[in-house]
Amino acid sequence: MTSRRSFLAGLATLALPRLSWADAGSPVCLAAARTAAGHALHGIDRLGQSIFALPLPARGHAAAGHPTAALAVAFARRPGTFALVIDCVRGVEIARLTPPEGRQFNGHGTFSADGAILYTSEVVARTSEGRIGLWDGETLARIGEWASGGIGPHDVKRTPEGGLIIANGGIVTDPADRTKLNIASMRPNLTQLGADGGILAQADLTGMAQNSIRHLALAGDGGVAFAMQWEGDPADSVPLLGLWPAGRAPILCPAPETEAPRMRGYAGSIARSAEGEIAITSPKGGVVQVFDADGLFLATHERGDICGIAAAPEGGFLATDGSGGVLALTSRGITPLARSAVAWDNHLIALDHGPA
Amino acid sequence: MRILLASLLVISLGAGSARADVAETVNQHILPGYAALATATAALAATSLQTCDAAALRPGYHATYDAWMGVQHLRFGPVETDGRGLAILFWPDPKGLGAKAQMAMLTWDPAHLTLAAFAEQSVAARGLLSLERLLFPAKALPTDPCPLIRATTADLAQTATLVLADWQGGYATSLITAGADGNATYLSAAEARQALFTQLATGLEFLDDQRLGRPLGSFDAPHPERAEARASGRPLRNVTLALQAMRDMAASLSQDAPLTLAAFDHALALAGALQDPDFARVSTPEGRLKVEILQQAVRQLRETLVAELAPALDVGIGFNAADGD
Repeated sequence: MTSRRSFLAGLATLALPRLSWADAGSPVCLAAARTAAGHALHGIDRLGQSIFALPLPARGHAAAGHPTAALAVAFARRPGTFALVIDCVRGVEIARLTPPEGRQFNGHGTFSADGAILYTSEVVARTSEGRIGLWDGETLARIGEWASGGIGPHDVKRTPEGGLIIANGGIVTDPADRTKLNIASMRPNLTQLGADGGILAQADLTGMAQNSIRHLALAGDGGVAFAMQWEGDPADSVPLLGLWPAGRAPILCPAPETEAPRMRGYAGSIARSAEGEIAITSPKGGVVQVFDADGLFLATHERGDICGIAAAPEGGFLATDGSGGVLALTSRGITPLARSAVAWDNHLIALDHGPA
Repeated sequence: MRILLASLLVISLGAGSARADVAETVNQHILPGYAALATATAALAATSLQTCDAAALRPGYHATYDAWMGVQHLRFGPVETDGRGLAILFWPDPKGLGAKAQMAMLTWDPAHLTLAAFAEQSVAARGLLSLERLLFPAKALPTDPCPLIRATTADLAQTATLVLADWQGGYATSLITAGADGNATYLSAAEARQALFTQLATGLEFLDDQRLGRPLGSFDAPHPERAEARASGRPLRNVTLALQAMRDMAASLSQDAPLTLAAFDHALALAGALQDPDFARVSTPEGRLKVEILQQAVRQLRETLVAELAPALDVGIGFNAADGD
């Protein structure tokens, strides 16, 4: 259902000339944050500085950047009732997407490579059955939906072939308050959809059903690296990183016994650098762990409340924390870059619009 | 004059709580705590060179465990390097990894139990609970445990020495000089206060969920056998010592947290009145109720800490740590 507001906003988008990310100051990442004044979506440059901040009506989660136009979609925190489409040059909200009746946004989404379609991670509110919402990238009208292939989808990434890979977290939640309802019987999975929404492949984790698969990073070979959150006995230090190479079974990537417990069973974000290193963050443990492209453990770095992480344009990673810090890191070390008077929220979203 | 005095007092108190807290905690709580652990472990290792008689070693074991309880809530910095904290205390261990790994080492040729070789073993097979299995065995040990006792105590002493050396060799300074130019670990004084506050918040959570929660189990399935260090009779003692240590740390962090300290005292009074040193009575309804009341007091204490101490320090539970997705 298209609201009058989003319809008008869609017209407005069409009427305005599309401005590029260079016009928006060439941010390399987007991140939601809490500030003294409320919640906002920030653009962050390569030095870690915030170059714009646009207000959000409530706490945000992840965002999706348009591949060419300076448009960002900021997703509300789960269970999400809004997604704001923001013109990052003019600093104005140009549309507010509302999920259809009985659906909730689940915090993540992505544009197709040409920007023609926006895909949103959603659930049927009553059952937590997963859906992928399809929205016209130009008019922002709802144009359809697909089954996500599981319960409680969270992160979603587009594949180079034009399909999607979805982290179905497996957790049924109360539609009103995020209470987890099926920890004993949860079954997370990874699902790959083709460009037509048909399921191409699925994988789950044998013997580790209480490890909720929540976040993804494209691995460059058509597969993904995935980050998990352990819902079982906290005394068990299970792997929180896995690799799902295209056409193969998932591989779990354990950290050594001295390092694994430092994550406290929780990976909040994941990214893969241009060099192929993979990093997972744990705000609960105040650490980030870095692995090589094959999932071999390399290093743990300490940083309080670290969570957002993304590939940096020149290699390595950028990361954010709840104290307003933006950091540069690789397996070799972690260095502060900048500090803002905000609490950076869970995710740092790389804008893959190429060099400005 | 009276007004002037009052305003001076406010300023000095304000400056005190904003400035002195981190240094106070480092110098009065953390460094003495790790120094006491190094001293206790060294004494235990020295005793084990003279005798492997379990009765003779037990006092040193308890003194070492007591010293660890004074710092066990600190789970950041040097104690996290190379799994040192796990190598001192590997608990909870629901799969019994420690006992399995240790049994293999009991049959080793003593010549192979060098300090270097031992330090390469699984953290599950090292530390206080491995020593407990040798000094308080449930059944007769298959071989002479003396070489393994000596290796375990020497390793404990080395680990404690490394932690203390790293704190003295730079980590304490990085906390105290938080926000200074060139300090890449703590970018502001608030970050240092946040790091210390987090230790208390997570330490109380661990006390609630694990030290009390594991033996409590559920009403239908209590698990007194899952209590920490049960063979050496320490479950309640560890809870009491953990509360005392965290109270000490909270008091060093701020002079403006009377409700927090009172909540610690309330929990300590409940622990003191509990006539159940190893939580065996959680299997009975009335015994269980008493431990549940203590657990409830620890939960309320944590809420008070978040409500009172956090704002006094101008910090909070981490934005992402508290409520992620």
